[in-house]
Amino acid sequence: MAGVTVTNLVKTYPSGNRRATDDISLDVADGEFLVLVGPSGCGKTTLLRMVAGLETPDGGTVTIGGRDVTRLPARERGLSMVFQSYAIFPHLKVRQNIGFGLTMQKVPKPEWNTRVERAAELLDLTDYLDRHPAQLSGGQRQRVAVARAIAVDADVLLMDEPLSNLDALLRLQFRAELKKIVARLGTTTLYVTHDQAEAMSLGDRVAVMRDGRIAQIGAPMDVYDRPGERFVGGFLGAPPMNFFTATVHQGSLVVDDQSVPAPASLASWNDKKILAGIRAENITITQGQAQEGVEAEVEVAEPTGSAILLTVRWAGGELKVQTGPGLRVAPGDRLRLELPAAALRFYDPETGLVLA
Amino acid sequence: MRQTRPALLLIAPSIIFMAALFLWPLIAGVTQAFHGPDGPTTQYVRRMADDPYFWEALRNTALLIVVLIPLQFALAIVMALLMRERPRFAGLHFYIWVVPLAISDLAAGLVWLSIFTDRGYLNSVLDGLGIPTYSWLSFEHPQTMFLAVVVAELWRATSLVFVIVIAGLQGVPRDYDEAASVFGATYWQRVRHVILPQLRPSLQVALILRTILALEAFAVAQALTGRNFPLLVGETYQWYYQLQNPNVATAIALVVLALSIVAAVGYLRLMRP
Ligand SMILES: Nc1ncnc2c1ncn2[C@@H]1O[C@H](COP(=O)(O)OP(=O)(O)O)[C@@H](O)[C@H]1O
Ligand SMILES: [Mg+2]
Repeated sequence: MAGVTVTNLVKTYPSGNRRATDDISLDVADGEFLVLVGPSGCGKTTLLRMVAGLETPDGGTVTIGGRDVTRLPARERGLSMVFQSYAIFPHLKVRQNIGFGLTMQKVPKPEWNTRVERAAELLDLTDYLDRHPAQLSGGQRQRVAVARAIAVDADVLLMDEPLSNLDALLRLQFRAELKKIVARLGTTTLYVTHDQAEAMSLGDRVAVMRDGRIAQIGAPMDVYDRPGERFVGGFLGAPPMNFFTATVHQGSLVVDDQSVPAPASLASWNDKKILAGIRAENITITQGQAQEGVEAEVEVAEPTGSAILLTVRWAGGELKVQTGPGLRVAPGDRLRLELPAAALRFYDPETGLVLA
Repeated sequence: MRQTRPALLLIAPSIIFMAALFLWPLIAGVTQAFHGPDGPTTQYVRRMADDPYFWEALRNTALLIVVLIPLQFALAIVMALLMRERPRFAGLHFYIWVVPLAISDLAAGLVWLSIFTDRGYLNSVLDGLGIPTYSWLSFEHPQTMFLAVVVAELWRATSLVFVIVIAGLQGVPRDYDEAASVFGATYWQRVRHVILPQLRPSLQVALILRTILALEAFAVAQALTGRNFPLLVGETYQWYYQLQNPNVATAIALVVLALSIVAAVGYLRLMRP
């Protein structure tokens, strides 16, 4: 077992005109499951490939288990990887594919067999060991790729969007299974995805990336509840966090003729504009004659089964509101919304960074 | 029934082509080899078998294939693997290695003749260095004669294998290399366990083509050695033009055809995954 430390990694591709990773530093503890998440093109794959040794950084170091591996080729880094394209060898049977790493290490035959069979069992592949990859479904190939990666008992497991080629249902199933398997092995895992739901559900910690930098890193619920910048709030969560601009005025947030109570910590922003954010599920609807809260009009109501997602318009623009499935509303209905002060997050309207 | 007519119409051109360019010459050839003025006969075949040149040609052709083809494949694969590492001036290297493809075999034979002949470039260089010269192509020196034919054929025909292997390599995604190296494969393990197995179809094609072409090798040896190093196809030429006996010539041609078919089928069976 080993932790991974990445220090000041910089990489610019010869053909690229900006940095693919821009001075990234990151610490993955021994046995931790860390998810790198971010929109496409933000440098996740590049970072992972530099850890793997498939890409040479322009600057910075990669340390695995306390050993500086920056200059070592991939095969000497003692890690294993699940590729987005699976990259399982079409000319080898499932058994030989799973055992590929063991074959390269010249593991003796009896041990080779037990380890391949254990990995196959863990991924429900026992019945397919003598097939060629072409005779497998996409989901099964995916399993072979994972089985090959865990059969070698590496210190560090890298995965690049391993679920992105599966259909939605399989992805959900396999996500839970993957979490179980990796937890059981206790391997240090670096996992790349562009899917925020996957990141939230799998990671011990998630690192949200943007334009080659890490915007925020932390436990999933921390990052979700307290986004460090507007970008993170807008990226994590479905629906993403709601944002609106308001003016702080004598302990209230004023938007047009509407106002909501503001926390005392905003005193220094009196009479200035700030950006406020709130999650859809933290907004409560007060129907009837109540006078508190702000006024809004329903534009769209989308039942999702377990909840109803409303798109409403109020003085501050559009808001997504998530509410229980019992509510009966139709487009055009007028509601009053409560925006609890404790659930509001405040950001600098210029930089998008959270206000301390 | 209604479906058959348009189908027949559609494949008719290729049937006609095959019949005109393959079946008919084959039948004509078999007839010529086994049919004399007095009806069916084996006299031409016997005449062929009684000729010591025939057996020497058969032996030489086999020897050439056995020595040449492994060398060519080793060279072509190494060259293609070098190209895959994207060296500097890769385009130029590729161009230089592929040039022989565009040169006719007789011209290639003449080029190498000007090198190996008694007053050729090789001996001039040796002489210039004060080393005694040597009659490379003399019938008294069958080893160097064979060597000269091998070198000339190697230069002339390796590029074909090279081009086929290059094309095959382009179908092997880099992902596989990367996966293999992450899982601890050294360069040679990658070549052995990942690249070569995936090249199998290309190698198969190249092997069949090269064997058949080697069975037909003729002009290079002819230019370099005349009839001192007889080859099968050279013998058909000899019988047809020099000895004016098209029947025996055809009998030898049928032997070449039979060997080609055996080789092709053999490779296909041998290299089945
Ligand atoms: N081989 C490459 N050559 C040039 N530019 C690349 C290459 N690979 C990635 N990039 C660029 O680097 C940036 C980061 O890419 P990548 O790490 O693949 O992002 P992600 O995996 O987060 O989608 C992108 O702008 C991309 O266009
Ligand atoms: Mg990627």
